[in-house]
Amino acid sequence: MAARVVVNVPATAKRGEVIEIRTLAGHEMETGFRRTDRGVLIPRDIITRFVCTYNGVEVFSADLHPAMAANPLISFTTIATESGTLEFKWTGDNGYSATQSAAINVT
Amino acid sequence: MRIALAILAFLLLTAEIPLAERRSGYEFMGRETRAMQDDDTTNPALLWVLDGEALFKSNCSSCHADLKGVAARYPKAGVSLDQKINHALKSKFAYESRELLALTAYVAKQSKGMPIEMEWNEANRPFLERGRATFFRRQGQLNLACAQCHDDNWGKQLAGSVIPQAHPTGYPIYRLEWQGLGSVQRRFRNCLIGVRAEPYAYGAPEYVELEMYLMWRARGMKLETPAVRP
Repeated sequence: MAARVVVNVPATAKRGEVIEIRTLAGHEMETGFRRTDRGVLIPRDIITRFVCTYNGVEVFSADLHPAMAANPLISFTTIATESGTLEFKWTGDNGYSATQSAAINVT
Repeated sequence: MRIALAILAFLLLTAEIPLAERRSGYEFMGRETRAMQDDDTTNPALLWVLDGEALFKSNCSSCHADLKGVAARYPKAGVSLDQKINHALKSKFAYESRELLALTAYVAKQSKGMPIEMEWNEANRPFLERGRATFFRRQGQLNLACAQCHDDNWGKQLAGSVIPQAHPTGYPIYRLEWQGLGSVQRRFRNCLIGVRAEPYAYGAPEYVELEMYLMWRARGMKLETPAVRP
């Protein structure tokens, strides 16, 4: 099935308010350290980078590494400055890429 | 007299948990794991539920608008919920496949918060009796019965983990150890391997009968699907 990502952004906020954003990405996060029962190394397959932009400006990013749990939950805060769109992008091994966006109305 | 006392002692030792003392596995979990389950927007099982919703729309919605309450009444007559769903789809999916788990989670979530209905009636009796026999039967190289941990020693620790009462209130569950969703049958396999018994194949009647018996023990408790467990 296609990569599934979920984001939670408040639909409305007051200007200057600190808002919490939570994201969940469906991914196996195969570490690259495990072996099959025949001793063959299972190649690494993880999300390596997550970026959030707010009206085109990067407000949060993270580098992900092996040993992070499957289906990583990333939660962070930012300041509601203006109405617009938050864009989320996950990229990783084997050409993994997923995007999501959410609108916010700032009053 | 001595024999009567011995029988009484045996009955007391293997007595089922009184209804008022029953506790969901949720109550034995740490604060962080509870928080994971409680928040619908960050419960990782959501990823499966959303897949299940899409599969339900393309496979099931021409006959069923929703299946609210159904999961609280399964297994029925020796057929588990995932088996029933798969039968209806002409056995399209394999046991424990992402698709079948997703569909089962989506259907079961519709019954979240509803009390488990499992009656010890004529139709269920043969299955429940066999399930109970499995629960009390010692097996594996460690020669342990389910009841020795889950009836006699619940709340105590097995290595670093608290032993719960084995109420299947939230299946399929997102288990942190699995890093994914799994069925109650997968959980049974874990316990069987733990006591060094040979697990049954997925879909075996022994699993479904045991699940029916556990649902009877959990009758009246609320469904939590999709639950998170450590």
